[in-house]
Amino acid sequence: MSKAPFDPATQAAVVVFIGLAFLVGRTLPWSAPGEEPAAAARATAVEAKAPPQTPAAPQQAKTSQSPPAAPIAQPAAFTPQPETSIPDDDFGKAIRFGESIFQDTKTNAPGYVGNDLRCANCHLDRGRLPNSAPLWAAYVLYPAYRSKNEHVNTFAERLQGCFRFSMNGKAPPLGDPVLVALESYAYFLARGAPTGVKLAGQGYPALKKPESFDFGRGAEVYAQKCAICHGPEGQGQKSASATVFPPLWGPASYNWGAGMAVISNAAAFIKSNMPLGQGGSLSDQEAWDVAAFLDGHERPQDPRFAQTVEATRAKFHDTPMSAYGTTVNGVLLGASSPPSGPAPSR
Amino acid sequence: MRNGLGSPCGRLLMSAPATSQARGGAAHGLCAFARLLPAALIAAAVLTSPVRGQDGGRSIAEGGSGGGAPACSSCHGQQGEGQPDSGFPRLSGLDRGYLTHQLDSFASGGRKNEIMGPIASALTPEERSAVAAFYAGLSAAGAQTKPSSQSVSAGGQLARLGEWSNGVPPCISCHGPTGAGVGGVFPALAGQNATYIANQLNAWRNGERANDPMGLMAAVAKRLTERQIEEVAAFFETLTPTRPGATP
Repeated sequence: MSKAPFDPATQAAVVVFIGLAFLVGRTLPWSAPGEEPAAAARATAVEAKAPPQTPAAPQQAKTSQSPPAAPIAQPAAFTPQPETSIPDDDFGKAIRFGESIFQDTKTNAPGYVGNDLRCANCHLDRGRLPNSAPLWAAYVLYPAYRSKNEHVNTFAERLQGCFRFSMNGKAPPLGDPVLVALESYAYFLARGAPTGVKLAGQGYPALKKPESFDFGRGAEVYAQKCAICHGPEGQGQKSASATVFPPLWGPASYNWGAGMAVISNAAAFIKSNMPLGQGGSLSDQEAWDVAAFLDGHERPQDPRFAQTVEATRAKFHDTPMSAYGTTVNGVLLGASSPPSGPAPSR
Repeated sequence: MRNGLGSPCGRLLMSAPATSQARGGAAHGLCAFARLLPAALIAAAVLTSPVRGQDGGRSIAEGGSGGGAPACSSCHGQQGEGQPDSGFPRLSGLDRGYLTHQLDSFASGGRKNEIMGPIASALTPEERSAVAAFYAGLSAAGAQTKPSSQSVSAGGQLARLGEWSNGVPPCISCHGPTGAGVGGVFPALAGQNATYIANQLNAWRNGERANDPMGLMAAVAKRLTERQIEEVAAFFETLTPTRPGATP
């Protein structure tokens, strides 16, 4: 297929691109007053709170009062590397392995997955699609401080979080071939992107909080627009043994610690990307309501469970964006959650 | 052909709603014939078939209905295998709910087809359900597939990866990783004949077919080029049909 990963022409192009991106970063108001910093935690949609500091938002932007020296175009959307440029060597093998894990996680990362989801369920187009938490935009925002665990996370540690929470599994140890492959794949997609810059299309575009969101209204939206694929009970649908439409709640879905269990994250994902092929078709209110509906159901326990539901809510879910530990539709959420993590092998 | 419908005629009949504009006047005479054909078939069926609506789907499939619907097998084959050259779809092994919905749509006009409209209307709802159950229970094995080609490879790329830059999700994200279909809404595509698949995608594009929930298929079909339609149809024809819903 392709030859050397970095031929001279590519190197030159990368240098020019980075130079342009730097100029753009200097002169455009990346961090407008009041705007949240580039929340690395939101890169893959994890928590409502933004970290106190950010790797993006170049400091120069704040001091750049003078007009730009050169004409500045709008920042072009970043386009990840095409598949054809995966090198035919050992690194290329790692990239391809990473992509295969991303597409079929349980099959290719056995033992680390405890539900019926795949990475690509929430990161559409194999982690390539803008506004669907693309991998290339997340990769360049790490290392970063995350309020979720109150320390600086490497990208690999961030990936561990995906397995622990979103996949309701267990984190592969650092250095595990699964993590190495996924990081290789993300690096490959991000090749040529400026480091530390919040790229257009990063994360899921945040939705303005409505006056209210409502489980009951969400149930109606769900029945009309979602159940046909995800099933009336949110259980998803299979073709033979393969999960085609992911389960949205219940024992085979993401657990209470996942980013998608945060209503604002789910609403943002849904608005941009659902129903499949018709992203943007729901109103903002419908997206909020249906997010509240699906995140108002039981799902596997938060693996950080702290003795009681009440204490766990106080410690990890003390926000209107989490229904954990509250009573919704007559159910105290978290009180009868299925256990977190992969089922013990029989 | 054993059913008396020559292949070239059948091809035009099935594709007429989708492509008559492109084909222009050449198809006009045949299309006029097509409009008469269902009535002729029904008349023939009325004359030759005893009333056997209660006998279940098999008798309708093989001998027509008391209400005048002709035998399904006359176009869809003795085993429900379809006629690839004419674009008559394979019915064997498709989901029962899906088949029932299609027959109901033909009768109601949600799915417009000059041949199937009158035939489905001649069946009672119970007969539609029975004949759907009959075909759902047949094995899909033995469906005809064709050797692969370059267009198959391009179609496979679209089916597996989609074209997200144009808002086209992968076909398999709804029809299953092996094209085996999902439930009663997302039909099996594996081993279905390419002419039929292409005709349907074109029918969605031009509104002849509008019986998909939420316009899910229409939204995607309208973003496809004619070439992509041909390629992806060719790809699914080469896949081996399986039974998704069959529980062992």
